[in-house]
Amino acid sequence: MNIPLRMLKGGRLVGLFMQFAVVAGIIYLGYLLFLNTQANLEARNIASGFGFFSVEAGFPISNTLVPYSPADTYGYAFFIGIINTLYVAFLGIIATTFIGIFIGVARVSSNWLVAKLAEIYVETLRNIPLLLILFFTYGVVLAGLPGPRSSLNPFFGCFINNRGLYLPKPLFQNGFGFVLLALVLGIIIAYIVSRWSVIYRDRAGIVLPSGWIGSGVIIGLPVITYFAMGSPLSWEIAVFKGFNFQGGIVFRPEFSALMIGLVLYTAAFIGENVRSGIQSVDVGQLDAAKSFGVSKGTIMRRIVLPQAFRVIIPATTNDYTSLVKNSSLAVAIGYPDMVSVGGTIIGQNDQAIEIIGLWMAVYLAINLVISIIMNWVNSKAQLVER
Amino acid sequence: MNTPPSWSGSSLLVFKPRPSLPAPRQTVGIIGWLRTNLFNGWFNSLLTVIALGLLWQTVPPLLSWAIFDAVWTGGSDACPPGYEGACWVFIFNKFRVLMVGLYPGDLLWRPMLAGGIFVTLAAVTVLRLMNPGKLIALWFLLPLPFYWLIAGGLGLTAVDQSLWGGLMLSLGLATIGVLISLPLGILLALGRRSNVAIVKSICVGIIEPVRGVPLITILFMASVMMPLFLPVGLNINNLLRVQIGIILFSAAYMAEVVRGGLQAISLGQYDAAKSLGLNYWKTTALIVLPQALRHVIPSLIGRCIALFKDTSLVIIVGLLDFLGMVKASAQDPEWLGHDTEAYVFCALVFWIICFSMSRYGRSLERQKEEE
Repeated sequence: MNIPLRMLKGGRLVGLFMQFAVVAGIIYLGYLLFLNTQANLEARNIASGFGFFSVEAGFPISNTLVPYSPADTYGYAFFIGIINTLYVAFLGIIATTFIGIFIGVARVSSNWLVAKLAEIYVETLRNIPLLLILFFTYGVVLAGLPGPRSSLNPFFGCFINNRGLYLPKPLFQNGFGFVLLALVLGIIIAYIVSRWSVIYRDRAGIVLPSGWIGSGVIIGLPVITYFAMGSPLSWEIAVFKGFNFQGGIVFRPEFSALMIGLVLYTAAFIGENVRSGIQSVDVGQLDAAKSFGVSKGTIMRRIVLPQAFRVIIPATTNDYTSLVKNSSLAVAIGYPDMVSVGGTIIGQNDQAIEIIGLWMAVYLAINLVISIIMNWVNSKAQLVER
Repeated sequence: MNTPPSWSGSSLLVFKPRPSLPAPRQTVGIIGWLRTNLFNGWFNSLLTVIALGLLWQTVPPLLSWAIFDAVWTGGSDACPPGYEGACWVFIFNKFRVLMVGLYPGDLLWRPMLAGGIFVTLAAVTVLRLMNPGKLIALWFLLPLPFYWLIAGGLGLTAVDQSLWGGLMLSLGLATIGVLISLPLGILLALGRRSNVAIVKSICVGIIEPVRGVPLITILFMASVMMPLFLPVGLNINNLLRVQIGIILFSAAYMAEVVRGGLQAISLGQYDAAKSLGLNYWKTTALIVLPQALRHVIPSLIGRCIALFKDTSLVIIVGLLDFLGMVKASAQDPEWLGHDTEAYVFCALVFWIICFSMSRYGRSLERQKEEE
C-alpha cells in the first residue's frame, strides 16, 4: 500500500489522474463527434464505409497512364489518381533537382550577370503563389500555343500545340530484353570496377580512370547488344489525322502546366539550398586545396560537394515533400491527380470522410517514404567522425 | 678599437622607393570590372554572351508590351482583340473588384478605412516607429474593430460575408491566420516538449499529420467534412470554416518553428529560473519564450509569407480571394483576352507584399547579428 502513497507525495498520482481524465475527455469528445456525424450522415442520406469502391464510377478521366474507362469502379478511378500523383511527384522531384542545382550553381557563379539573373529568378518565383504560376502557365502560356494544324515542330517527331506535347513513342521488338539485360550487366561491372579501383589505388598508389571505364561499359555493352540483336527498337511518330494528332507519346497541357509550375517553383527553393550549401564551405579549404595543386574539378567533387551536401540535404527533403503536397494543386487546372479524382467522387456520392481520410493517408505515406530515403542519404553524407 | 663608421657625409646611400606604377589599365575601372566579373576566361565570356542574348530577346519585347505599347486610358473598347500591348485599362476598371470583391459600392469607405489603418500599421512596424510590445498589442487588438468595420452591425449596415473578396479577403485570412495560429503554435510547441506523455502525444498527433498533408486536403476537410462533425442544426459559414482550417494548418508549422527556438535555449536558463523560485508558466513566459521567439523571428516571417501565398488556395473551396477575383475578372465577357494582364498584376501585388516581408525579415536578422 505504500507505492500509491509515494506517488501521491510526488504529485505523480495527481498527474496520472489528470492524464487519465484528459484521455477520457478525448474519448468522450470523439464519441460525441461520432454521434453527430452519424446523425448528419443519416439526415443527408449519405452512405458510409468503402462499399462505394466497387460501384461503377461513370465519369471519364483524361491523362491516364493505365487504361481506364467510365465503366470501371470508383476504387479503380481513385487508384488512377494515386498513380498520377506518384507519377507527377516522381518526375517532378527528378526534374526540379537538376534545375535547382543549376540555379544554385548559377547563384554563386563568378559571372556577375549569371549570378544576378539567377537571383532575379529565385526572388521572383519564391514570392508569388504557386497556384498563380499554374494558372498562368495553363491559361496563358500553354493555351496560347498554336492549334494542331500549325503545330510547332522543334525537331523530327516532336510536335507542340495547344492540345499537348507529342513525342515519338518507342516500340520494343523481340530481343530488346537482351539490351536491358546488357545495361544491368554494364552497371554491375561498372560498380565492381569502381570498388576494385579504390582497393587498387590504396595498394598500388595508381589511380585508374574508373569513371571512364564504368561509363564506357554502361553505354558500350547495351549499344553492342542493340546492334547484335538487329536494332530491336522502332519509333511510332504522331501523325496529323482529321483534327488532331494520333499516336506517339502525348503529354496533355494539364500535365505539362502542372510539371512546369511545380518544377520551376520548387527549383527556386532548392537553388537557395544549393547556394547556401556551397557557401557554407570554408574558403580556406579551397585555398588550401588550390595551393596543393588540386584541379578545379577535383576540388568541386572531393571538397566542396561532400560538405555542401550536409547542408543541402535536410532542407531539400522538406522541399521534396512540399513538392509532393503541392502536386495536389492539380485539381485547380484539371489534371486528374488523387485530389482531383477524389473531389469528383465526393461530388457524386458525398462520402467526404472516406475520401479525405484516404488522401491524408496516401500523402502521409508518400512523405514518410521520402523522409526515410532522404534520411538514409543524409546519414551517408554526414561527416563520419573517427 | 674599431672606430664606428661615420654615418654622416655625402657617401651615404639612402633607399628611396620609386613611386608605384598605376595599376594595369585592364584591372581597374569599368574595363577591369568587366574583365573580372564578366569575361574572366572563355567559359564565363560565353555565359555572358548567352545571358546578354537572352536579355536582348526578352527584355525589349516585355518593356514594349508592359509600358510603351500599353493602353493606359479609355474603356473596354480601348484595346481591340489582337492588340499587341498590355491593356492596363482592364486592371483600372476591375480595380475595385480585385481589391474588395463584391463589397457594396456605397459602403466602400469601410474597407478603405480598414485598409488605410492596416497599411499604416504595417509601415509603422517595418520602420520601427513604436516599441515592439505596443505594436504586438495593436496587431492583436485590431482584428476586432476591423471585423466590425467590414461585417457591420452595432450601428453599421451589415454586409454579408458572401460579398467579401479580393485582396481584402486574402489579407484578412492571412492576418487572422497568423495572429491566432502563432499563440496556438507556441502552445503546441510547448506541449510537444512537455514531460507529460499524454500532452506530448496529443501535440505530436496534431503537428505531424497536419504537416504531412497538403493544405488543400485540410481546406476540403474544413469546407466539406466539418459540417458533418457539428451537431445537427448548428451551421458555421464556409468562410469561418476555411479560416479555422488555415489556422490549424499554420499552427502546426508555427509550432515547429517555435520548437526550433525552444531548443536553442540552454538548460542553464531553466536551472536559473528554478533557483529563483519561478514555476513552469512563469519560467516559460518570462525567461524561455522571449528568448526563443527572438531566435526564430526570421523563420516566423518566412511562415507569414508562405501563409499569405497559401491563402490563394481558398479559391478551390469556392471563396473569391484576390487570385479568385483575378481569375473571375479575366473571364468577364466584356473584357475577354486579358488573362495575361490580370495574372501579371496579381503576381506583382503578391510579389511586392512578399518581397517586402522577406526584406524586413532579413533586416531583423542583420540587426540580431549586430547585437
